[in-house]
Order: sequence, then structure tokens, then C-alpha cells
Amino acid sequence: MTTEAIAIAPTTHRQRSPMWFAWRRFTGNKAAIIAGVVLGILILMAIFAPVITPVSPEAQSFLTEALAFPSAQHWFGVDNLGRDFYTRIVYGSRVSLTIGFTAAVFSVVIGIPLGALAGYFGGKTDWFIMRVIELFSVVPPLLAAMLLGALTRGGYFTIILIAALFGWVNVCLLVRAQIKAFREKEFVRAAQALGASPWYIIRRHLIPNSISPIIVGFVLAIPLAMMLEASLSFLGIGVPPPTATWGQMISEGIDFMFFYWHLAVFPTIALAITVLATTLFGDGLRDALDPTLKGR
Amino acid sequence: MLGYILRRLVSVAFTFIVVSLIIFFMMHAIPGGPFDANDMPVSAAVREKLMANLGLDQPLWVQYTRYMWGVLHFDFGVPYQSPGESVTQLLSRAWLPSLVLGGLGVLIGAPLGILLGMAAALNRNTWIDYFASTLATLGLTIPVFVTSMLLILVFAVWLNWLPASGWGKPERWILPIIAYALIPLATYARYTRSAMLDTLNRQFVTVLRAKGLSERRIVFQHVLRNSAIPLVTVFLPMFIGTATGSIFVEAMFRVPGLGAYFVSSIQTRDYPLEMALMLMITFMYCIAYLLSDIVYALINPRIRVGGAE
Repeated sequence: MTTEAIAIAPTTHRQRSPMWFAWRRFTGNKAAIIAGVVLGILILMAIFAPVITPVSPEAQSFLTEALAFPSAQHWFGVDNLGRDFYTRIVYGSRVSLTIGFTAAVFSVVIGIPLGALAGYFGGKTDWFIMRVIELFSVVPPLLAAMLLGALTRGGYFTIILIAALFGWVNVCLLVRAQIKAFREKEFVRAAQALGASPWYIIRRHLIPNSISPIIVGFVLAIPLAMMLEASLSFLGIGVPPPTATWGQMISEGIDFMFFYWHLAVFPTIALAITVLATTLFGDGLRDALDPTLKGR
Repeated sequence: MLGYILRRLVSVAFTFIVVSLIIFFMMHAIPGGPFDANDMPVSAAVREKLMANLGLDQPLWVQYTRYMWGVLHFDFGVPYQSPGESVTQLLSRAWLPSLVLGGLGVLIGAPLGILLGMAAALNRNTWIDYFASTLATLGLTIPVFVTSMLLILVFAVWLNWLPASGWGKPERWILPIIAYALIPLATYARYTRSAMLDTLNRQFVTVLRAKGLSERRIVFQHVLRNSAIPLVTVFLPMFIGTATGSIFVEAMFRVPGLGAYFVSSIQTRDYPLEMALMLMITFMYCIAYLLSDIVYALINPRIRVGGAE
């Protein structure tokens, strides 16, 4: 991850890079550090899921013990179809994390060029892109996602696309603001005077200068996508069964809540921890990279 | 000022029409129709007759203009899932539980959030501040169905203090109202805290202190009033947000409100109801943003002079 690269920033020189200060600010934020560690553990858990779980998540290996409470053998109990619940929770992190990260990547891929165009050219281009963003602001993402989900019959990639469709707006606004601020700087003026094309200036000068808001936008898009996925899966129009997802497990857990509490508690807590860790980590990065945005 | 309002009005009306077009065509693009359900199949002839009666055999743009023309006259059509009444009747019946729970949630959560935010800003870096920040982060990040689930588990299943679900008796309202209230509480705690901290650092506060004004008067008469702008503008969108929140809260607490219709109208291709719900939410957001733009322009002259920005 990027934080590793920042860690090796030169500390022996008297002249400190902005990244060094960012790192100092980040490490000063205890909540963000803890969140980062938790997120790291979750990512490792998702990657090594087959290694740390006894059975496959779809295997109904424990039918005779269906709905068993947590025990030494089944840490989180067994679900109504005889599947080890701990295994399903661990595999659920794969869905949440991959959808979160991939959707964030797509959001950035859509958001950067549009934000750059709007910020650099201004005028009609900016007006048009801002009107498109206005369209997105009056439709609640969830309702549109429900429609789109029905239109495309749900599924893994559809959810990623839907999340990206609503995730790019934030990235676009952050990039636009940054590029608007840099457009009038002397070095950009100089580049224009030397005959550099707008495309070259955006690519060579403006986007590298927007790297902080881009990272911030990326990290903040992850929990939003995760929440969208969980919400859609909860409503039964997200990732279809038998794939283990937390939203789906929570919605099934409600039916068993009064007698078999473990089916409701574990996915709820897993989702809460993951979203919380990602958000706190993102907030920490944002405060470290761009102190002026703090608390927004 | 009038010119600015007119410009915003045109822009908002345009947004509304574009959104209605997109939603209408997307809705009809979803494969399958209202009478394709597998549990009660109808013959092809009957289906054709039904479709013709409802005008569904017409080209889409005819259907769209017809529907929108009806909307202009406050006629939202007849829901396919309960043909005995109009969409307006159905919605006004389902609206009440959602409005009571969501409204009470916002009305309880917002003032509490403001108080918490103020307490946090005035006692910076004390346990009150940390408590407020923690609560705000939890409320803003954790999906509402997760908090609802935790509330049910703790207060209904384990402690057995309150009923978990239903509608009717006021004690059944408590848990859903808490679930709704958490979001405004968190939002307002966060906004109030940062707005107050911004204002407290301004020079005029130092002058007021030097003048010998009591801290209480500084806070309530000057700082709070100067921090109020962002608080006013987030209120309406947040209030409308409870409508989409109702999908989850009402499903969790089994409340017979608006929420379930959002999902069922999409799943059963109940076009008039679906369109009415979508238009209603979009319309309310449009009005909310228009109002907050106007309020902003009234407060801050730079915006209305700045023009089309």
C-alpha cells in the first residue's frame, strides 16, 4: 500500500518532503492507525480465507448440527443450512472488500478525467459536467441502484458498476476543485506560454498535483460502495446466493434473531467493523494529506 | 436576486424532467412486465387485453407524456397491486407511519446532535469531545439496518425491555425512532462541532471576550448564530433521506409504511406506483436544494452576484 512507500521517505535530510509531514500527521492519529491495522487484518483474512477456514463456504457439511450455537468447533456457530458460519463470515469479507476496492478504482477512473476537464476548461464543459452531477444529487443512490439492479438482474459486476456510477461524483468534485485552484498558478501559465497542449498540462502538471485529493476520494469511495453492496444484498437484489455476503446474511438473520442470535450478530458486527475501519482510515488519510479538508 | 432564483428554478425544473425521463425509460427497460409473474400466470390473450386497458401497448413516449400530464393534474394513476384505489390514496395511507417515525426521529435527533456538537466544541479534547466524535462516526458510517439490528438484539431480545417490531402502540415506536434519530444526531453533532470551532477561532470572538461579554452570551448570541448556516442547509435533505431510510428501518421493525413499496413496486413492475415514488423523492430533493440555494444566496451576496457558477 502507499503508506509503506511513505514510510521510507528520507528522514535524514533537513528538508522534509510534504509526504513526510503527511506521514507524521497520519501516525499522530491513533484511530486511523488502529483502523489501518484492522483493515490490514481484514484484507489478509480475505486473501487467505481458504487457509484459515475448515470447509468451503457453500458446503453444507454440518447438516445434523444446523443452527448450532457457537462452540469451540464452530466459532460462530452453524447456519440454518448446515454451513459453518465462521467460514461464511470470512468469505463475506472477500465480497465486501473486492467490491469496495474495485468500485473505488472505477470511481477514480471516471472521476479524474471528468474533474480535470471541468476544472481546467471551465465554461461550458464545466457547466455541463456540473449539471450531470446535479442529476446524481437529486436521485438517492439506493433507489437508482435498485432500479439498475432490477434492470441488469443484479450480480457481482453490476454492483461494482452501480457503486462506481455514484462514487465518481465525489472524486470528480475533489479533482475539479484542486485543478481549478492550480490552473491559474505561474507554472501552468508558463507551460501554456511555452505552447504545451491542455492534455499535456493536465497529465504532466495538474493530475500529479491532485494526487492527495485523488487518494482521499479513492479511500472514501470504498466504504460507500461496501454499504451499497450490503444494502442491496440485504434487500435481496445484490450478489445472489449462495455467495456469502454480509448484507444477505443479516437479512436472513432477522428471521432467526429471537432464538438463534448468532446468525444476526456476527454478520452485523463484521460489516460494522469493516465499514468503520475503512472510514476511519480514510478520514485519517484525508486529514494527513489535506489538513484544510479536516472535518468536512 | 429574482434573476438568480429564476435561473435556479429553470435549472431545477430541467433536472427534474431529465431525471423523470431517465427513470421512466429505465423502468420500462427492465425485462418482464406487470403480468408476467409466475405464481399466477395469465393467458396471452388476457395479458394483451390488460396491457391495452392500461395503455401499456402504446409507444413509450406516449405513455410518458400521458403519465406526466396526469402528474401535472396530481393524478398519479392506479397501482397495479391494489387497483381499488389511486396511487395518491395508497401513498397517503402508507405515508403516516413513515412520517411519524422518520419525522420524530429527525426532530429528536437534530436538536440532540446540535447540543452534543456544541458540548464537544466547547470542551475540545475532553471526554465529551471524544464521545461526540465516536458517536458521530458510528452514526454516519454504519448502515441503518445494522444499527436497527443491534438495537433489536440488545433492547428487545436480550434485555427484553421493548417490543421488537410492529406498529400501533407507542412503545413499539421507540426503537425505530432511535434508529432514525441516530443519523441526524450524528450529522448535526459533526457539523455543529466543526462550524462552532471555525467560528470560535474568528477574531470577532476575541473582541467580544475583550469587551467583557460573558462566555454564555458569546456562545448563544454570537457563535451559534454565525454557525447556523450549514446547519440550516443540511436539514431538508436529511429529512428526505429518512424516506429511503424507511426501506430498511421499516423492514427491520415490520412497520407498515412507505418503505416496503419502494422494493415491491420495482419487483412487481408496478409502473404508476414506482414512478410516483421516484418522482416524489426527486421532487422533494429538487425543492430542498432550491431552497437551500436561495437561503445561501440571501445570506451570502457573493453567490448571487457571481452568477451562473
